[in-house]
Amino acid sequence: MSLDNIHQFLIPLAEASQRKGPNDKIVMSSRVRLARNVRGLAFPGWAKKPERVKALEQIQPAIESLPQMKKHYAASMDQLNTLDKQILMERHLISREHAAKNAGSGLVVNKDESLSVMINEEDHLRMQALRRGFQIKEAWEDIDKVDSQLESKLDYAFSPKLGYLTACPTNLGTGIRVSAMLHLPGLVLADQINQIIQAVSKLGLAVRGLHGEGTSADGNVFQVSNQMTLGQSETEIVERLNKVLFQIIEHEENARIKLMEDKPKVVLNQIGRAYGVLANAHSISSKETMNLLSLMHLGVDLQLFPNLERPLVDELFIMTQPGHLQSTVTDKLGADERDVLRADILRERLAKVDRPISTQLPPPADNDKAV
Amino acid sequence: MLCNICKQNEATVHLTQIVGDKMQKVDLCEACSKEKGVSDPSTFSLADLLLGLGSAQELEQAGGGAEIKCPQCGFTQADFKKNGRFGCAECYNAFAEGLESMLKSMHKGVVHKGKMPKAIAKTRDVSEKLKKLQKELDKVIAEEDFERAAVLRDEIKDVKKRLEELEAV
Repeated sequence: MSLDNIHQFLIPLAEASQRKGPNDKIVMSSRVRLARNVRGLAFPGWAKKPERVKALEQIQPAIESLPQMKKHYAASMDQLNTLDKQILMERHLISREHAAKNAGSGLVVNKDESLSVMINEEDHLRMQALRRGFQIKEAWEDIDKVDSQLESKLDYAFSPKLGYLTACPTNLGTGIRVSAMLHLPGLVLADQINQIIQAVSKLGLAVRGLHGEGTSADGNVFQVSNQMTLGQSETEIVERLNKVLFQIIEHEENARIKLMEDKPKVVLNQIGRAYGVLANAHSISSKETMNLLSLMHLGVDLQLFPNLERPLVDELFIMTQPGHLQSTVTDKLGADERDVLRADILRERLAKVDRPISTQLPPPADNDKAV
Repeated sequence: MLCNICKQNEATVHLTQIVGDKMQKVDLCEACSKEKGVSDPSTFSLADLLLGLGSAQELEQAGGGAEIKCPQCGFTQADFKKNGRFGCAECYNAFAEGLESMLKSMHKGVVHKGKMPKAIAKTRDVSEKLKKLQKELDKVIAEEDFERAAVLRDEIKDVKKRLEELEAV
């Protein structure tokens, strides 16, 4: 099924959004990726195109033959158009860097999108396990199995002293990047997010935006991941991140409780406005949509919407991103036309969603004039 | 778009470097671009931006000023300075000298403590066993226990053969 249409292969968003995971109110997804290279071949960034093509031809069948990849989609990056790549990126199956690749780079994804391997990104192999909710240990176990099976098919570049050898020395050793995507509207509204980011950075962990390195935190979504890969075992790295994530979750939960106690009007105002705009706008940008959907999400978590469930919010979050939006129509849209189409979809999908409740709240305190 | 370095301010300085057929982009805010000396593109090094200031320099000085070239892929320190990435796995041997202090600054340690391919773990176990046996052999010879020495010598022969088989794969 190699040359199948990627749009037909990917899980429909309505279905994908139904998935549940532990702590998924705050942890949207958990991901572990490993960087590996094949001995004797130049790294992709330095190899000439014929070498890269040769490496791809050697690596791709090895991945396709894995039992976990029984049902899979595989393609060389030149077989995918810009829109396909954009969609794969919005689903976190490829990186922004990989989306820029063409012949000589490739991709293999399994049926439920829980495993994907980028071939000839920065390293020969970048394999990832993706799970819904807070499951970084499970994701590590998934990708560890894939890696152990691949090592009998491919001769990895490995040094007993330095570990798995990677193109960039920052990934050397374990080649592991453990990350969780967090939805932290509480900490953002409570103005505590910068403190958290600073504290996490001091621990040698990285905090990034929705699409990884160098992206902004639209939709109050933050990615937390390890940075150091050498001198610690994979389990130590996973355990450490696990601990920090538990703490961030706790802070977010507390921030939400405290906000509702101290400044309920501020929270209700933000959520009510988000609903108002999303349900009634006739043109809206992707960024504004993400930020407002984040507030709707918070409203669902706080049980303020009588008949709105989280999966619809999740579905709209992906669906309104530029690639997914463009894929629903045949004509190529300009940015302005996309903004109109986005608003049309939002109005239609939110038409039957009732406005958020504003009763059942403690009577406003005397000094509560903040609106 | 946020600045690649501080990840807080909006990026206003956008740099593109083309090395061979590879394009690298860096987006910086004004403050960070000044701090990194990007206003003067002739001294600008991508390796420094990506890996921290001075990393490319360490590799450069390691050769005592002389150019080191990876025998496998032809990569040089200057290439590292430009790319912030190595050319092939063998580069880690070729540039081993300047590497350690750079690794120290970016990682928890300089020795791998994690997973290793099974075949390598096995080879390591066997070679460790061989070392142990040879030590014991030296000891019993010193003690003039020739009977035991004969047994050990046969055992060493077997282990050596196994190691050769493992390494041949």
